Amino acid sequence: MDRKWGVVVLRLEKRPTPSRFWLYATPPVAVILTMIAGGILFAAMGKNPFEVIRTIFWDPLFGEFAFYLRGQLLVKAGPLILIAIGLALGFRAGIWNIGAEGQYIMGAIIGASVGLAVFPTESRWIFPAMVVAGAFGGWAWAMIPAILKTRFNTNEILVSLMLVYVAETILAKASTGFLKNPEGMGFPGSRNFSSYPAAQNAFIYEPLGLHWGGVAALVTAVLAYILLTRHQAGFQIRLAGQAPRAARFHGVSPARLVVLCMGLSGALAGLAGMFEVTGPAGQISIDFNTGYGFTAIIVAFLGRLNPLGIVLAGFLMALTYVGGEMASTNLGLPDAAIQVFQGMLLFFLLAVDVLTNYRFRLAVGAH
Amino acid sequence: MKRRNLLATAAMGLTLAFGGAAFAQGMDKVKACFVYVGPIGDGGWTFQHHEGALAVQKEFGDKVEIQWQENVPEGADAERVLTQMALGGCNIIFTTSFGYMDPTNAVAAKFPDVKFEHATGFKREHPNVTTYNARFYEGRAVQGHIAGKMTKSNKIGYIGSFPIPEVIMGINSYYLHAKKVNPNVELSVVWAFTWFDPAKEADAAKALIDQGVDVIASHTDSTAPLAEAAKTNGAVIGFGQASDMAEYKDGPRVSSIIDNWAPYYVKRVGALLDGTYAQQDAWEGIAGGEVEIGEITDKVPADVKAEAEALRDAIAAGTYHPFTGPINKQDGSPWLAEGATAPDGDLLGMNFYVEGIVGDIPQ
Repeated sequence: MDRKWGVVVLRLEKRPTPSRFWLYATPPVAVILTMIAGGILFAAMGKNPFEVIRTIFWDPLFGEFAFYLRGQLLVKAGPLILIAIGLALGFRAGIWNIGAEGQYIMGAIIGASVGLAVFPTESRWIFPAMVVAGAFGGWAWAMIPAILKTRFNTNEILVSLMLVYVAETILAKASTGFLKNPEGMGFPGSRNFSSYPAAQNAFIYEPLGLHWGGVAALVTAVLAYILLTRHQAGFQIRLAGQAPRAARFHGVSPARLVVLCMGLSGALAGLAGMFEVTGPAGQISIDFNTGYGFTAIIVAFLGRLNPLGIVLAGFLMALTYVGGEMASTNLGLPDAAIQVFQGMLLFFLLAVDVLTNYRFRLAVGAH
Repeated sequence: MKRRNLLATAAMGLTLAFGGAAFAQGMDKVKACFVYVGPIGDGGWTFQHHEGALAVQKEFGDKVEIQWQENVPEGADAERVLTQMALGGCNIIFTTSFGYMDPTNAVAAKFPDVKFEHATGFKREHPNVTTYNARFYEGRAVQGHIAGKMTKSNKIGYIGSFPIPEVIMGINSYYLHAKKVNPNVELSVVWAFTWFDPAKEADAAKALIDQGVDVIASHTDSTAPLAEAAKTNGAVIGFGQASDMAEYKDGPRVSSIIDNWAPYYVKRVGALLDGTYAQQDAWEGIAGGEVEIGEITDKVPADVKAEAEALRDAIAAGTYHPFTGPINKQDGSPWLAEGATAPDGDLLGMNFYVEGIVGDIPQ
């Protein structure tokens, strides 16, 4: 008798159309997988995994000090959301602005410069002028890779990323030179905006951590949602990302789209930097930037490049930061473990995301 | 204003909950907390602060609980971490990097019953803020002496972190003492604009070595510069910075400056326990044990080693001040007259190179 052994294999097969179920199921599944894998990591380090997970995800919202920490969530999430929405518009159109960190820095420097230039004048027009200047700073910095791309076809990923390091150098110059606090005894860093009310981004409602940056983030999310779903430009952005050739036939100019998307994301990153420097950070300093521009890339994808999803993702990311700090301080976890935990989130997101466009097929192959 | 009231109330409630002992009468138990700018595993600055924290635990046992947080960015995040710690019942919080200056003072205003100790800064805006630092420039004098004697190319290097007075006085002290024993010596300074970034520090060391420098001192926290020097087969030597970095003893490390915060931390937490705590501006050096000179290895000839140790002992005894005139500023204008020593105020605001150093301080 001739017998053949059947071998069962798992095959990855492209779906004819992306799965709507997995599009929305991916983020929660990724969060749950992160909790499980993170729990195993924490247990291996000799900590109680349930206590750690509770400290990260529960305590900032409902724990003993939630009255303070809840407000900190919006403080942390605000800039992430603002930047991520801008990036998402570009990502949807296939335009990869990786240098939001640099645009964030330049927005902060230009915005702060306007305010510090008129110190100590008190006028209600100073802060609005600084807001405009901040957006301009980020926009102008993003225009460099945009124009280089449209004129010379350079790669915007590389150019925008490299400009982050240029911006950091300018930031160091600003802190030790042209924006240095003249009353700072020679130490680097600008004047602190907390002592200059006309230029300060003060809290509007402190228990919620709401300052003008938070307002801008939430308003921008709604506007971006409307733009994408109801406006011609939003349609063009989506079309350019999904079917570039069809978009061109449809009369979408790729160059105009690059300038629009890079400009918008740059201006939003610049705004975030301006609100941060005049509010929570308080001053231009050498270490002013703490990676919001890069983390926002994760937030954009975690939120499925959807403005409303990004709002949720921004808060989730903020939760892992604030809760992660609590876990680190109170439970003695090394900071690296928290960073690994955050990294897992992106890893699982990308891994599970495969299921949106592919599916597993059981196949019986002949031996 | 709202939060200020809210937090002050919360802090008061906590103080009551934790026994509510008045500080003047001492405390039964102290929770001491530490905020670090880098990872404990940096092998340098943060590592040494953490050693100090562990020494506090060892000294007082169960009368003290310690907590710490690594990698805290200097800005808005620091303010949150400090607030969390104060809310969480810390009685004394040590913030161990210059960039925590404004956050420390801002949070101290909201928690008047918590003691804040800020390393290397100058702002004490509230009665519960103390600043502390160590006279690292004393150690730089000893390193400069060794560098001046050991260099063959007559080119010595210094990896600067940030152009702040603390770093500039280290550069000046290093150069002055190298020049004293070797009039032909030239100093190159490279600015890394970071306290801890092994990749940037290694690049800075490479740049110096490419310029022909054969003795490197660094003001950054990692062992990366020594690792770079180790690749030159003994042609380039360097010093351990902040911690002893003894693992490079068989390689390029000929001596080191060790920041020993243990005596200070034990003293301050002890003062809180026994009720003698008071606000202050502490600045001690080799004499107080805060600055130690790590073992000088056999790579250094015996006579040079003996001179370096004599210099160290003279500074400790107070018979020699590393900044003793005549010293001119870089532009040739006089700073210290013959025999005059630098007042602390001049050092703490130092924003100029001494005569003979080439190049500009980044402005």
